[in-house]
Amino acid sequence: MSLSVDISHSQGAFRLEAAFESPGRLTALFGPSGSGKTSLVNIIGGLIKPESGRIAVDGRVLVDRKAGIFLPRHKRRIGYVFQDARLFPHLTVSQNLRYGRWFTPPSERYADIDAVVGLLGIGHLMERRPNLLSGGEKQRVAIGRALLASPRLILMDEPLAALDDARKAEILPYIERLRDEAKVPIVYVSHSIAEVARLATDVVILSDGKVVAAGPASEVLQKLDLLPAGERGEGGALLEMTVAEQDAGHAITVLRSAAGDIRVPVFGGAVGQRVRIRIRARDVIVATKKPEGLSALNIVAGTVASVREGEGAHADIGIDCGGQTVLARITGLSLRTLGLRVGQPVYAVIKTVSFEPGTVAAGLKGEHSG
Amino acid sequence: MEWLALSPEEWTAVRLSIKVALWAMIGSLPLGIVVALLLARGNFWGKSVLNGLVHMSLILPPVVTGYLLLLSFGRRGPIGAFLDTHFGIVFSFRWTGAALACAVMGFPLLVRAIRLSIESVDRRLEAAAGTLGASPLWTFATITLPLILPGILAGMILCFAKAMGEFGATITFVSNIPGETQTLPSAIYTFTQVPGGDTGALRLTLVSIAIAMAALVASEVLARRLGRRMDIE
Repeated sequence: MSLSVDISHSQGAFRLEAAFESPGRLTALFGPSGSGKTSLVNIIGGLIKPESGRIAVDGRVLVDRKAGIFLPRHKRRIGYVFQDARLFPHLTVSQNLRYGRWFTPPSERYADIDAVVGLLGIGHLMERRPNLLSGGEKQRVAIGRALLASPRLILMDEPLAALDDARKAEILPYIERLRDEAKVPIVYVSHSIAEVARLATDVVILSDGKVVAAGPASEVLQKLDLLPAGERGEGGALLEMTVAEQDAGHAITVLRSAAGDIRVPVFGGAVGQRVRIRIRARDVIVATKKPEGLSALNIVAGTVASVREGEGAHADIGIDCGGQTVLARITGLSLRTLGLRVGQPVYAVIKTVSFEPGTVAAGLKGEHSG
Repeated sequence: MEWLALSPEEWTAVRLSIKVALWAMIGSLPLGIVVALLLARGNFWGKSVLNGLVHMSLILPPVVTGYLLLLSFGRRGPIGAFLDTHFGIVFSFRWTGAALACAVMGFPLLVRAIRLSIESVDRRLEAAAGTLGASPLWTFATITLPLILPGILAGMILCFAKAMGEFGATITFVSNIPGETQTLPSAIYTFTQVPGGDTGALRLTLVSIAIAMAALVASEVLARRLGRRMDIE
């Protein structure tokens, strides 16, 4: 799977000039509001005709203005999950789900209705009309409807933005399953780093209509200065780990990887399950000697892999811990006081309670492609 | 209550009126939907001219509309002569002419109701249908049309009611021939012109009221049923 975009388009005074390639299963388009994310997915989905450029999915050219190619949206086979669900009000859930399937040539139908209904847990809603669904249910039906048209790519434009935290938590696992079990790549628009860190294999950061960073999620989310200003504090390292032990007595789950053990507030996964954790850079303390008499439960040994001084008071320290990088944001003053330099052995200290809900999530299943 | 019983001639006028109104309503529906679509969605030169033309019969005195129909669709009128020689369709002094006159008079009401409902359709739903593989024509048939159905029904009822009451244009265009072009209003008018016609006029007036009320109630019931089915939030 590959998505290749290189387009430019003007809307009033706003100019979108975006070029990126993504091989990932779930590519997040990430940026503050007004950065052009929605315009970009509308262009990919065929709702907007770009002034110039080219878009291809798996080598199939959707748009090439120079060659005079512009595939209308109903011929693109791109599923679109809108922020506002957009279920057809005059059709039942079942009819909504089957709508796109009807327009799909039988030879290209790969999505099975029973499997999709099971995946999204919407079997009990089939005969209802959209006006009787909750926001979360609507969004699950909208995802199912897009999937049942057997698309070659699914676009999701902030599908959780209109929902409260409880509804978000209800839908996120379904999107994870979609990413892991459905054989269709996803482009996911979001302005929330928590969602991106949890879901994305690849990230494209948009700012003011331009791509400022693109690549695997674990690399891009460490470029704190490129993250949207309001979300910068949420940035940090993504670590792939497995559940090693459930300490029910202390309500703690022990995660393990080559980096060592990390204890997080209890996370309901079976031993051996893969998880992905986000360690916010601002939550990491750097110590040159192994600290003692400390309440923090996680003290991970590593070596300084990179030192980047920012424009303000801070500096970002990359610490290599058994092959995975933990990022620490400390002050420039601490950097000089400790005399940190690349190659120096250090300890990263992380409080267990700094892992808030949403920073620990089920890891990617299946083969990695990102 | 003997006086309430309709005479055979009066029954003819009632039946003819319903026939004329139904044909006026159904005959103008396809064009009405197309024109409503053009006015609601189109962006073309002459849109305001089209809008003016559609609403002309609402503003002009009905007699003027009837006379214009006579000039153009009469036997010797350019359109009337053409239709007569090539298709054998004759409007003047026939019930078909009455239906045409009623259709022209009801057309603005029909178009207006449909246009308003088209304008209230959430176009983002149509975009969603497009991403699911529906071509513009399929999108119209499966999304837009069902969503504007209440508006179409409302327009049809309005058009039917207008046609049932049409008098000026009809009598000018196709005259007042019992059994051929004498609709309810024409028959009532005739009764009022002859001595002793009062009871006849009253009988037909009651019939008119009954039909109008029935049409109104039917449209209310249909609209409520459709509304309950969709309940667009």
